[in-house]
Parts: sequence; C-alpha cells; structure tokens
Amino acid sequence: MIAFAALVDALVYSRSRNGKLALIADYLRATPDPDRGWALAALTDGLDFPAVKASTVRNLLMDRVDPVLFQLSRDYVGDTAETASLLWPEPATIPGPPPTVGEAVAALSAMTRASVQQGLAALLDRLDANGRYALLKLATGAMRLGISARLAKVAFAQAFGVSVEDVEEYWHGQVPPYLPLFDWAANGAPPPSGEDLPLFRPFMLAHPLDPAAEPDLADYAAEWKWDGIRVQVSCNGVETRVYSRSGDDISATFPEIAAALTIPAVLDGELLVRGSYQGAAEGGAASFNALQQRLGRKSVSKAMLADYPAFVRLYDVLIAEGEDLRPLAWERRRMALEGLVPRLDPDRFDLSALIPARTFAELAEVRAAARDAAIEGVMLKRRDSPYGAGRRTGLWYKWKRDPLLADCVLMYAQRGSGKRSSFYSDFTFGCWTGDPDQGGELLPVGKAYFGFTDEELKWLDRHVRQHTVNRFGPVRETDRSLVLEVAFDSIHASKRHKSGLAMRFPRIHRIRSDKPAHEADRIETLRALIAD
Amino acid sequence: MAAPFSWLRPEAHGLYIVPADAWIDPARPVDLALITHGHADHARGGHGRTVATAATLAIMALRYGTGEGAVPVDYGESIPLPGGVRATFVPAGHVLGSAQILLEHAGERVVVTGDYKRRPDPTCPPFEPVPCDVFVTEATFGLPVFRHPPIEQEITRLLAARDEHPGRCLLVGAYALGKAQRVIAELRRAGHGEPIYLHGAMERMCRLYQDWGIALGELRPVAGLPPAALAGQIVVCPPSALNDRWSRRLPDPLTAMASGWMRVRQRARQRQVELPLIISDHADWDELTGTITEVDPGETWITHGREDALLRWCELTQRKARALALVGYEDEDD
Repeated sequence: MIAFAALVDALVYSRSRNGKLALIADYLRATPDPDRGWALAALTDGLDFPAVKASTVRNLLMDRVDPVLFQLSRDYVGDTAETASLLWPEPATIPGPPPTVGEAVAALSAMTRASVQQGLAALLDRLDANGRYALLKLATGAMRLGISARLAKVAFAQAFGVSVEDVEEYWHGQVPPYLPLFDWAANGAPPPSGEDLPLFRPFMLAHPLDPAAEPDLADYAAEWKWDGIRVQVSCNGVETRVYSRSGDDISATFPEIAAALTIPAVLDGELLVRGSYQGAAEGGAASFNALQQRLGRKSVSKAMLADYPAFVRLYDVLIAEGEDLRPLAWERRRMALEGLVPRLDPDRFDLSALIPARTFAELAEVRAAARDAAIEGVMLKRRDSPYGAGRRTGLWYKWKRDPLLADCVLMYAQRGSGKRSSFYSDFTFGCWTGDPDQGGELLPVGKAYFGFTDEELKWLDRHVRQHTVNRFGPVRETDRSLVLEVAFDSIHASKRHKSGLAMRFPRIHRIRSDKPAHEADRIETLRALIAD
Repeated sequence: MAAPFSWLRPEAHGLYIVPADAWIDPARPVDLALITHGHADHARGGHGRTVATAATLAIMALRYGTGEGAVPVDYGESIPLPGGVRATFVPAGHVLGSAQILLEHAGERVVVTGDYKRRPDPTCPPFEPVPCDVFVTEATFGLPVFRHPPIEQEITRLLAARDEHPGRCLLVGAYALGKAQRVIAELRRAGHGEPIYLHGAMERMCRLYQDWGIALGELRPVAGLPPAALAGQIVVCPPSALNDRWSRRLPDPLTAMASGWMRVRQRARQRQVELPLIISDHADWDELTGTITEVDPGETWITHGREDALLRWCELTQRKARALALVGYEDEDD
C-alpha cells in the first residue's frame, strides 16, 4: 500500500501523459503480483466493494471526530476521502505493518454492511495520511486520476516491452488482478486465452492522406467515412459485446446492437443513429449530435431506444464463424462481409457502400460534392491489405472533408496546462449578432486550444497580455480586436450556449491580424451552416 | 472602572490601543504603529512612527524605502506608550524580526502574536510563550487537517527529486520574505553545498538576511545564465513566478512549492505544482491548540484565518474565545 500510495500521489501531481506512463510502468515492474494487478484495476476504476458506500467514510469519521470540525474541514478540503485521511486519529501504537494492496482488497471484498465500519478502521489504523488517502480512494472506487483504460494498457506495454496491440487483445476477458496477463508480459508465459469470451480485437487504423500522393484507385478501394463512432461488434455464439475504439465495452449503452448479432463473428463498423441527415440513399443516419444523446450512458431508457435507434454501418469483418479473416486481403474480407450482411438484422446492420470512382480525380470530385451529406470524408483502403492492429504505413488512408471556416473575434483566453501553463493558449471566440455599427454584439461561438504553431502561440500569448481588459481568475478578457480564422468540421444547434451554436473540432486556422474585427462573421452566417 | 480589556479594540483595519492612540499592524497609515513582522499584510508603509524590532524595521525600509519615524526595540525590551501602556516585544518564531507584542495596562496583560510557529527555524529565535489574560492568536492553518510534517522530511523529498531528475531544474516557489531563506538555510543544514539560484525578486531580501548573520551559503542570480547551466540546480522564486513567463527560460523545470497549503492536494494541483512541499511559517492545528493550552489565557481572541474551527475547539475545551473580524490578513502563498 505504501508504494501504491506513492504512485497515487505522484499521479495526482503529474501533468504530462508521458510522466504518468513512466510512473505506472515503473510501479508495474517493481511491484509483485497480485498487488500490481489490483492497483491497475483500481487506477482505471475497475474495483467495486459493495459494502463501502459514499456515506461509509463520513460516518466512520463522525464517530471519531467532532462533527462540526469534520464538516468545516470537509468544506475546506472539498473531498471526503482526503479530509478523512488527514483527520484520522492515529492510534497510540500502530497495530501492524501497512497492509499490502492485495491484503486490503481481500479485506474490503469480505466486508459486509455490518462489518465495514470496524474493518475499514482496522486498515486505516495501519497507514499514514497518504496511505489512508490511497486506501479510501481505492475502497470508494473514485480515483479520478485521469487514467483511461488506454493509458493503462500503454503503460503496461511500456513496462514489459510488449506491443500495445497484443496487450489490448489479451486484456479482454481478463479480470483483476490479471495474473495470466502479467505472467505473459513479465515472465514470457504463453498469452492468456480468451476463446470462451467475445473478445475485443485491436482496430486497424488509417493515416491521414497526403492528396498530392494521388494513390492509384486500381490499388485502393474508396468508401465513405461516416460521422458516428467506430465500433467493433464481437459475438462468440453465446454472448455479444460492443466495443468502442478504445476497447471499452459499451454493450450496456447500445443493448439493441449487442442483442442483434447472434452469428459468431467480429465486425468493424460505424455506430450511427437512424435519421435523415447523412447517407439518405442507403438508409439514413442522423448527425453526430443525435448520436451524442446516446453516448456515455450506463443504461438506456425505452424512450431513448425508440427516439434514437442505433445501427452499425459495416466496414469490415475480422472473424466469421470461427475463421480468422484478418490475414486475408481486404478484397477477400469485403466479399465475406457482403455475403454476411444479408444474414444480419437489417434494422441494426447495413453495409457501408464503396464509392465507384475509377480515378483519383473522380474521387476528389465525389468528395468535394459530398459536403451537404455531412460525411466525415473518404477512406482509401489498399485492396490487398490484411487487417492489422494499429496504423500501418501505406495500407489505409483517411481523407477528411475540407473543414468549414469562419472569421471570429477573440474574446477570452485562458492559460493552458503542462508545458503550456505559462501561455494563454485556450481561446474563446465569438461572432456578431448583427452589424456591429448598428449595435450588433459578439457572442461566443466556440473555444479552441490547438491549430496554431509554437511561434503563433507565442504571438497570441503576447497579444492576450497586451490587450487584456478584464481578469476573471485564470481567464483574461481581451479587447476584441483580433480576428481568428477558425476551422471546424461541422456546426450544430445547441441549447447550452447563448449563441445557440456548437462547433465540432474547432481549431485556430489562421491569425487574421490584417482583418478588422467588425468584418468578422455574423452568427446568422454560422447558423446557415447548421446541418442537423 | 472600564470593562475588562475595553482599552484594546479590534477595528476592521487593525487592533487599536485606545489610551495610547496606537495601532498594531494597521492596514492603513496611522500616527503610531506597532508592527509584529515584516510581511506586507502586517507591515505597511506611511506611518508617523513605527515601533518594531530592528530587523523588522530593516525589512520595512527595504520594501518601502525610508526608515523615517522608526523606533527600534529589542526582544524582551519594554517600552512605555502614551496613556500608561507598556509594550514588550517577544520572539514569535515566524520570520526574521517577528515578534509577539505583550501589552500591559491597568493590571491587564494581552499578548498579540502576529503570525507565529513553534517549529525550530534557523533564521529566527523561537516563539516564547508568555502568560497573559488575553491571547490574541492567528489561525491561518486553524483546521485539524493541517498538520505540518517535520521540515527535514520535506527537504529530503526535495533533494531526492533533484537526484532523480538530474536534467531538470528544480524550481521552488517560496514566499520572498522568510520562507525562501528558511528553505535555503534548511537545504544547507541538510548538506546541500552547491550554489542556489535566485529569482531577481529574492536577491535583496536574501542579502538582508545574510547581513543579519543568517548563513545562506553561495547564492547566485538566475538572470543572464544560459538555461543549460541550471539543469540539476535548485532555483528559488516567488510563487507567482512558478508558472509565468519568467520560468520559460528554465530547462524543463520541475515545479515545487513550499507552503502549508500544499497539504491539500487540490490546492497543489490548482497551482500546477509537481512537488508540493508542506513547509509553513505558521502554526499548524496542533501548534495552535497546543499553544493556547500552554499559555492558558483567560480569553482567546482569534484574528485571522480559519477562525471557525479554532473557535469550535475552544468551545469544546471550555475556553472563552471570540473571533475578531480583521480584514486584509491572509497569506495565500504561505
């Protein structure tokens, strides 16, 4: 628990992704089983102890310290676990050495609602303040350290010098403390087998296309890149799971998809919501905005299922009826997919059509004309490409639509984090409600923190400092003199913002210090670009 | 006879000694001021006469220019004020020159602590408890969550971080008066013999400490050095410079901050500190409650900080106490 507590504290204060990766990797290498496996699960919110409720810790403290002093402390610190770790009255004699993570997990798992108060107290008595903090965070399952499943896997791979793709593939179906996984990575044992589970297979990804390369369409097939989320639907004949691009199991969020695949197969496609916005000719899909209503939910209401029915537009097949098709050429897999689709529930699955362009120039025309269909762009896949994990050079390319552009006025700036903590690097910009000479005002339409070069960032930082008119904590309001050309993928109606607009992927495209602020775009111009 | 202690009146901008027409740590210019220590929230310029220890007066002169109207007193020295009031300056252990002020009038004794701590500090003499009827205490860290670890432990962590990251520059944010010099002196005590580098805003105050006989070892200015020269070195700067443009010139700085507030993770994170060092020149909860117990005054007045919790503690331990609503004393960086 001491090493785990030190790791938790180091992660709390670590600001860079690489720093976090190195900390976790060092811990995984240096810590024995099963502690490291439990720790990994705790960091990624994988542990649940039903006997420990949010109120448990509070009640525990209320019995030991004055309630008024506890409440004043809690209000100041802002976190119950941290308050409790600092206020815990240490026993005059420490009853034993600090518990290991494994020991703590075993004790916590065995606790009941009747025994939890006493059991948790016994563990806390053996720890110092930092140890108590880590234990309480682990016990209540709320680490909030910003460690995603993906980051944990990358750290695991880094710790033992194995590939992230292998880690992703073998991870699935493994439960904490992941002993077979560590045995494989650290000791060279055979990889864990998960044949009896609907496993996740790492996605094949695409590189951005350099259009100047003009790939020959005799070698590459073209298809649409739909604006939903990439998913994998994996069925072993008994159970079906839906996985997101990061490998998270999102079956509970999209139960209708999980229920619809009953043939043992692993399919790759774009998850969309029914609508009339994109690709109407092949059974319409709604905009990404509509899909967003469904994302991130742990359970789905009947109304949600009825109002936003989901389906998967299929790109590829990895495994069909027990046969691993991944080593085969894309063309072969495509034939297998086309053969498979008629056997699937047509409400839940359809086929992503190929674009019948014969030359690159023709494809460029089709892509340019697809603007109002609000498709994300086109994909180019080498006809002989096997399905390999990750980004492989020369096999798949994505060619995104050209972005939409708007001239906006810089309104507020905020300091960034990490390397950018001394720079004003988060920019909020707005457009005019009407003619600025006739009383039109600026309303914020978006916020962007990338798109500029390091040199441009220095320039923007200086501009913000020299044109500050107001300060609100870390935020500065600027004098609204600078025009920024903002690029974005699409724009949607939003009730959340006063302007009624929300941009998707806004970024600073160009600094237009040449353009007077009153010539920036109007809200109505942006509203005309809404494509919901 | 007047009501007990009615000769000392807490006003919004300081403690007013009625018969002497004098103020303790006033927030605005007055004719006669008694100053506990040199921090800007206690020592302001522009008074007619300023009574303080010679070190505090030197610090004020450095900050506000002229030393006009300065009345230096020694620790333990008793000086008469108008109206039959005697004032005695007693070490408070907070920073160089810091003093508690014992006021005696009409047979009543009041001690005004200013800011204080009970931990040893190589840069100033230790706090001396003085028996009194009214004990006027600060409560900056007046919450039971604040328990400062031993400073040796924090200095060891700082030196360990330096060994662990030889290519990075260790940037320590520390309050320019007191904290910075204490951290440097403790680094020396822990055996760190290499030059320590200073932000420009630190130089004059460190020189003043050295002039007062506090050994700080070799100090060098950061200004003008190429970034590479600072890799593996310890640089001390004011907390406000930690994440500002100034720090961009440093080679991949590892930001540390020495402050009692670093006890709370969220406070450290807000400051974007990688290495929080829990080092404070104020009394923590145990020191506050321990000092009140030791001095055992008839009444405790609480000037500034988290007075609610200390008031509650006094209530629980059946001590007479009141909170004074003084404004302007709060030390976000300490």
